[in-house]
Amino acid sequence: MGECPICAADVEVADDAISGELLVCGDCGAELELINMDPVKLAEAPSAEEDWGQ
Amino acid sequence: MKIGLLHSLIRKEEKLLIEAFQKADVEPIMIDDRQLIMDFHSAPDIDILVERSINHSRALHALRLFESAGVCCVNSHKVAQICGDKLLTTAALKDHGIAQPECRVAFTEESALDAIEELGYPVVLKPAVGSWGRLLSKINDRDAAETVLEHKTVLGSYHHSIFYIQQYIEKQGRDIRSFVVGDDCIAAIYRSSDHWITNTARGAQASKCEVTSEVAEISLAAAKAVGGGIVAVDLFESDGGLLVNEVNYTMEFRNSIDTTGVDIPQVVANYVVGLVRQ
Repeated sequence: MGECPICAADVEVADDAISGELLVCGDCGAELELINMDPVKLAEAPSAEEDWGQ
Repeated sequence: MKIGLLHSLIRKEEKLLIEAFQKADVEPIMIDDRQLIMDFHSAPDIDILVERSINHSRALHALRLFESAGVCCVNSHKVAQICGDKLLTTAALKDHGIAQPECRVAFTEESALDAIEELGYPVVLKPAVGSWGRLLSKINDRDAAETVLEHKTVLGSYHHSIFYIQQYIEKQGRDIRSFVVGDDCIAAIYRSSDHWITNTARGAQASKCEVTSEVAEISLAAAKAVGGGIVAVDLFESDGGLLVNEVNYTMEFRNSIDTTGVDIPQVVANYVVGLVRQ
């Protein structure tokens, strides 16, 4: 379990999650990035940039 | 076997690929492009690099540096360079005689307007480098053309002054995305939308498309034209047959596995493992 950096809600983190993975806060809907697993640390995910995606 | 996986954010696709490699008894070595520092001589100790960066610019330059250090990359820098630039993609398709929509390129506001008028309305104005359907403009008449061109000239960054103008294809609310891995066209989906832009990132719905011989043939030819590897080919259905719209080199496939019944990440992982074993 981690804490949402936006609304401070508890965010469930799966045991097999890995650093860099995107998660969504169930309370505020913010897109979060898992920065660290042990201890769990979450950050607001970066906004989409102009050269993202295909 | 040391397979590097270049990434930034871990999307659903990267998670599926990691699982697929693990099923093939390979634990990929994760390489975060945000932490990467490279010189022009060496690279992390890997047998092959699978490029999955979300940023085109990082992927493009990292691939060049990995190749400089002697690492085989999937896809290669050449493929990323061609697919990441619509102008280069169009040129490569043309060089290989592959059917595609009519296209013009112009470098000034005035010549772009002339090119649009020559091509005939409607046209689609696209950034040469861009994705997810962003900043596409369907231009239906001269008034719209003048407005969009002026806005791009005044407000756009320098690369918006390369005007890539494509004939608008009436695609009946859908296009086709096919998936090519090596020498095989493994699956295809229709992308349907009420909007003229049919990217799934923009809300288009995916449904299964049979890989007919026509779909396979043009998809494989397009993949070969850009340098081969693992690509997704966007196709328009026209009265004259299939046309290649774009080729994508870091393909997204999360909506296409259940839809097609093809385990796309496993096919990709097995292909990469096979390349290392060759």
